[in-house]
Amino acid sequence: MGTAYTPGLKVSSGTIIQKQRRLPLKGQVLAKVGDRVSAADIIARTDIPGIIQTVKVAESLGLEPDEAMSVLQVKEGEDVVAGRLFAETKSFFGLIKTECKTPFTGKIELISPTTGHVGVRLPSKPVEISAYIDGVIAEVIPDEGVVVETYGAFVQGIFGVGGERMGNLAVVVDSPDALLTEDHITEKHAGMVVVGGAGVTLDALRKAASVGVVGVVVGAIVDTALIQYLGHDIGVAITGHEPVDATLILTEGFGSIAMAARTFDLLKTLEGRSVSINGATQIRAGVIRPEIIAPFDEKPPVDDKPDQGQTLSIGTHIRVIREPHFGRLGVVTKLPSEPVEVESGAVVRILEAKLDDEEIVVVPRANVEIIEG
Amino acid sequence: MAELKSILATDCGSTTTKAILIEKQDGEYRLVVRGEAPTTVEAPFDDVTVGVVNAVGEVEELARRRILDENNHIITPARDDGSGVDVYLSTSSAGGGLQMTVAGVVKAMSAESAERAALGAGAIIIDVIAVDDGRKDYEKVRRIRELRPDMILCSGGTDGGTVKHLVEMAEMLISADPKPRLGIGLQLPVIYAGNKEAREPVKEILADKVDLKVVDNLRPTLERENLDPAREAIHELFLQHVMQQAPGYGKLSDWVSSGIMSTPNAVGKIIQTVADQLNIDVLAADIGGATTDVFSVFGGIYNRTVSANLGMSYSICNVLAEAGTMGIGRWTPFEVDDAGLRNALRNKMIRPTTVPQCLRDLRIEQAVSREALRLAFEHHKTLARSLKGVQTVRTIGEIMDQKETGGTLVDLMNLNMIVGSGGVLSHAPRRVEAAYMMLDAFQPEGITMLAVDSIFMMPQLGVLSAIHPEAAAQVFERDCLIKLGSVIAPVGRHKPGETACTVSFNGETHEVAYGSLKLIPLGLGEKYKATIKPAGKLNVGAGRGRELAAEIEGGAVGVIIDCRGRPLNLPESPKNRVEKLLEWHAALGLETE
Repeated sequence: MGTAYTPGLKVSSGTIIQKQRRLPLKGQVLAKVGDRVSAADIIARTDIPGIIQTVKVAESLGLEPDEAMSVLQVKEGEDVVAGRLFAETKSFFGLIKTECKTPFTGKIELISPTTGHVGVRLPSKPVEISAYIDGVIAEVIPDEGVVVETYGAFVQGIFGVGGERMGNLAVVVDSPDALLTEDHITEKHAGMVVVGGAGVTLDALRKAASVGVVGVVVGAIVDTALIQYLGHDIGVAITGHEPVDATLILTEGFGSIAMAARTFDLLKTLEGRSVSINGATQIRAGVIRPEIIAPFDEKPPVDDKPDQGQTLSIGTHIRVIREPHFGRLGVVTKLPSEPVEVESGAVVRILEAKLDDEEIVVVPRANVEIIEG
Repeated sequence: MAELKSILATDCGSTTTKAILIEKQDGEYRLVVRGEAPTTVEAPFDDVTVGVVNAVGEVEELARRRILDENNHIITPARDDGSGVDVYLSTSSAGGGLQMTVAGVVKAMSAESAERAALGAGAIIIDVIAVDDGRKDYEKVRRIRELRPDMILCSGGTDGGTVKHLVEMAEMLISADPKPRLGIGLQLPVIYAGNKEAREPVKEILADKVDLKVVDNLRPTLERENLDPAREAIHELFLQHVMQQAPGYGKLSDWVSSGIMSTPNAVGKIIQTVADQLNIDVLAADIGGATTDVFSVFGGIYNRTVSANLGMSYSICNVLAEAGTMGIGRWTPFEVDDAGLRNALRNKMIRPTTVPQCLRDLRIEQAVSREALRLAFEHHKTLARSLKGVQTVRTIGEIMDQKETGGTLVDLMNLNMIVGSGGVLSHAPRRVEAAYMMLDAFQPEGITMLAVDSIFMMPQLGVLSAIHPEAAAQVFERDCLIKLGSVIAPVGRHKPGETACTVSFNGETHEVAYGSLKLIPLGLGEKYKATIKPAGKLNVGAGRGRELAAEIEGGAVGVIIDCRGRPLNLPESPKNRVEKLLEWHAALGLETE
C-alpha cells in the first residue's frame, strides 16, 4: 500500500484536544471564540419543529373531502389548542350535531381538499448542546456550533455503550488484571467514573447503575454480560445512544483481557480529577472510538497537537489484537518487506515482535495496533 | 467516441480507494496495474481526492508513467509525451453510500417496485413505507424524520388509479419535515414516480418544501414495471446532491470524464453487461465488512439486493444474531464453544482490519461468510421475483405446481455462473476455499460455473461499461474474473453411500456416492463435453434420473461433483457433523484434522 498506516488508540498524559459540538439543525450559537467554558455549559441551542399530526376531518364527519372543506372552521396558519372545534355538521333539522375537534395543540399547517385532512404542527422542542469538556472556544461554526479546545489527558477505548457523561474518576481495583465486581462499588461512587481492570461482572454494572455511577472503564467484558446489561444484542458497531445509566468503556475488547498497564497507570494518575467520557463507537466510515478526557487547568508551553497516527518501525510499542497472541504487548524487532505465509495460509506482510515475556513472535501487520502516546 | 488507449478508473470505498489502469495492447484492453490507498473522506483529511491522488500515485510508480500533473490533478486526455490517460472514471461508496427511503401505496406492489428501482440504482434502503405496512401514521412520520436519508423515492398507484393515497403520502412527508443526511440547511431530494394523475396535487404539497423531481410512474400498470426513469433520476440526484455534499467530491466531479457512479450501481452494470454479452443467467455476491450485495440476471431481468447488516467485520455480530452460534458453528470442522465464538466475533467487529493468523480463526470466518451469504441470498430470492398482483393465464401444470404470481425469479438449475467478490472470497488463502464457501451458501443445482473477482475491480469496470462496454467486458473476462471451475450438483435425495452421479469426459468416468464431494483437476480454459448420469430420482437438469450431455469447464480449482444432496443437510450430532465436514475437506484437498 502506498500509505501504510496501522491505527492505534491514543493514550496520552497530555495533549491538545479539540471537540466539535454541532447542532442537528441550524440554530443559535451562544459562545464566541476565546470564551472559557465548563463541560456543562450550553454553547448552542435550536428548536426542532414538531411533527404534523393529522386530523381526519372528512372521515370523522362522514363527509367527502370537498364537503368537509365547506364546513371547516379553521384556516391555515392558525394556532389551535387541544379541544378546539375544527368542523361540525347538523342533521335531522339541526337536532343531531356531529363535531370534529382537534386532540392536538399547535399550528395548522396543512388543509387538504383532496383528502379532507387537517395537519396540526406540534410545538417545537428545544435542543441544547453542552460544551462537554472544560476548555476554550477555539472556533465558531456559524449557526451550527463550536469547537472547544482543551489541554489534558486523553484515553481512547476500543468499544463503548452509552453517551456523554461527566464525573470524577475513581480507580477501584489494585491492578490492571483485576476483575471489577460489585464489592468494589459503594454509595460514595455516585456521580463518579469508576475504573476496573481486566473485566467487569454484570452484577457490578447493575450495582454501579443503581448507586448512580455515571461511567465504568474496564479492559474487557464477556459478550453475554454486555447483552444482559443492555437488555438487547448489538448487531453492528454503532453505539452511543443506549439508554444506560452508566456509560461503559472497554479499552481492550471482549472476553477477559487485562487493561494495558500504560492505560491503567495513566488513569491512576487522574484519580479524583473531573473527566468527560463518551461511549459512542462507530467502526464504519468515520471511525469514532469511546474516550476519556481529563482537562488540565494549565496548558504547558509545548504545542502538542494530536498526531494523525504513526507508522510501524523497529522499536514501536504494539499490542497484538488477534489470536494466537491476542492482548499481548510487545516491541517491533523486525519488519520484513516481503509477504510471508502464516498458519492460515494467508500470505501477508508481517512483523516480528518481542513480547513482554521475551517471546519472539511473528504477527501479521494487520493484527497489531500501535500504542500511541 | 475516439479510440481509447488508456483508461484510469478509481473506486472510492468506505475504507480503501482502489485505482486501476487499463491500456489497449495488441488490440485488446488489459489491466496494467492497480494501486490503492486509504480513503480520505473523513477527518483529518475531509477530501476524497487526497486518497485518489495517493492511489493514482501508486499506479504511476508501478506503471512507470506520469498521470498526475504538478498540481496533483489527473491529466486527461493523454498528452503526446505519453503522460496522462484518455479518460478518468470513478465510482464511490464512501461516506455510507447512497441511503434512501422508499415509499409506495401497497407494500407488495408499488413499494416493492420502488425498492427494486432504488436497489438497482445502487442505494441502501433504510426504510420502506407503505399504506399497508402495519405502522401507524405517526410512527412512520417519526421514522422518516429520524432516519435522515439522502433522498426519498415515492411511488404508488397505477396510472389513472388512486390519487388520495399519494396525496396522503405527500402530507406525511411534509409532516415529518425531513432533512437530508448531508448538507445542513438544504432541501431533501424527493423523486415522485407514482400515478401520473396525482402529480399536480403532490407537487402542490411538496414543491416548496423539498427538492422535488417528477418522473414517469415506475408501475404504470400492474403488469409492467418501468424502473429506468426512477433509476436515472436517483443517479442524477446522487451526483447533484449527495456527491456535491461529500468532502472533496465537487473537485472529483470536475476530474472525471463521465459522472461518478455509486459503486453498487456500477457493479450491477458490469453484471448486466456480462449476462447480456454471454447470454447467460448470472448471480453475483459481494460480501464486504458491513454489507452483502447480491446481484442477479435471470432471463434478462436484473435485480440487486443489499443486506445492509450482513458483513464480515462491522456487521459480523449481526450475522451472529441472525444465524446464531449453532448456525455458524455447524460449518466449522471442529466443535466451537459458544462463549469463545461470541467473544471472537465481537473482537473482529471492533477491530475489523485484522486477518486470521491461525487456521482455526480462518475456518470460523469462513463459516460466518457461509451464513452471511446464505442469509443475503435468501433475502435476494424474496425480492427478485415476478410482479405480484398480475393476473395471468395459468396452465394446468402451473396450477398443479401451485405457482403463484410474485414467485422468485431465482432458478438455480438454469443458473450458468456465480461470481463471488469481497475479501473473504477473493482473498481466501486457497481458491478451493472460495468455491467451497459458495457451494455451501448458494447450493447451486445442475451445472454452474463458479468464479471470483480477482481484485475487486467490478465497480471500475461497471462505470467503464457505461461508456465502453467492449473494453469493460474484455478486461472482466481476462483480468477480473478468475474461473474456479464447473460444479455438477444433482438435486434430490438418494441412499447415502450409493452412487449418485456418474460423470464421463475425456475418456474418464467418475462415480460419486451420495453424501460425497469429488474434486477433479481440470485447468483453466480446458473444456469438455461430458455425459452426466444421475442415479434414481436425482436431477442434473434433464429431469429426474435422466442423462445430460453438457459442457464442463475447468478453472483455478477444477471440476467439483457435489453429491451431498439438495437441499444440503448436515448431520445433527456434533461428532458426525465434524467427521462429515472433515471428509468433505479431505475431498477438496483441505486439512483433515
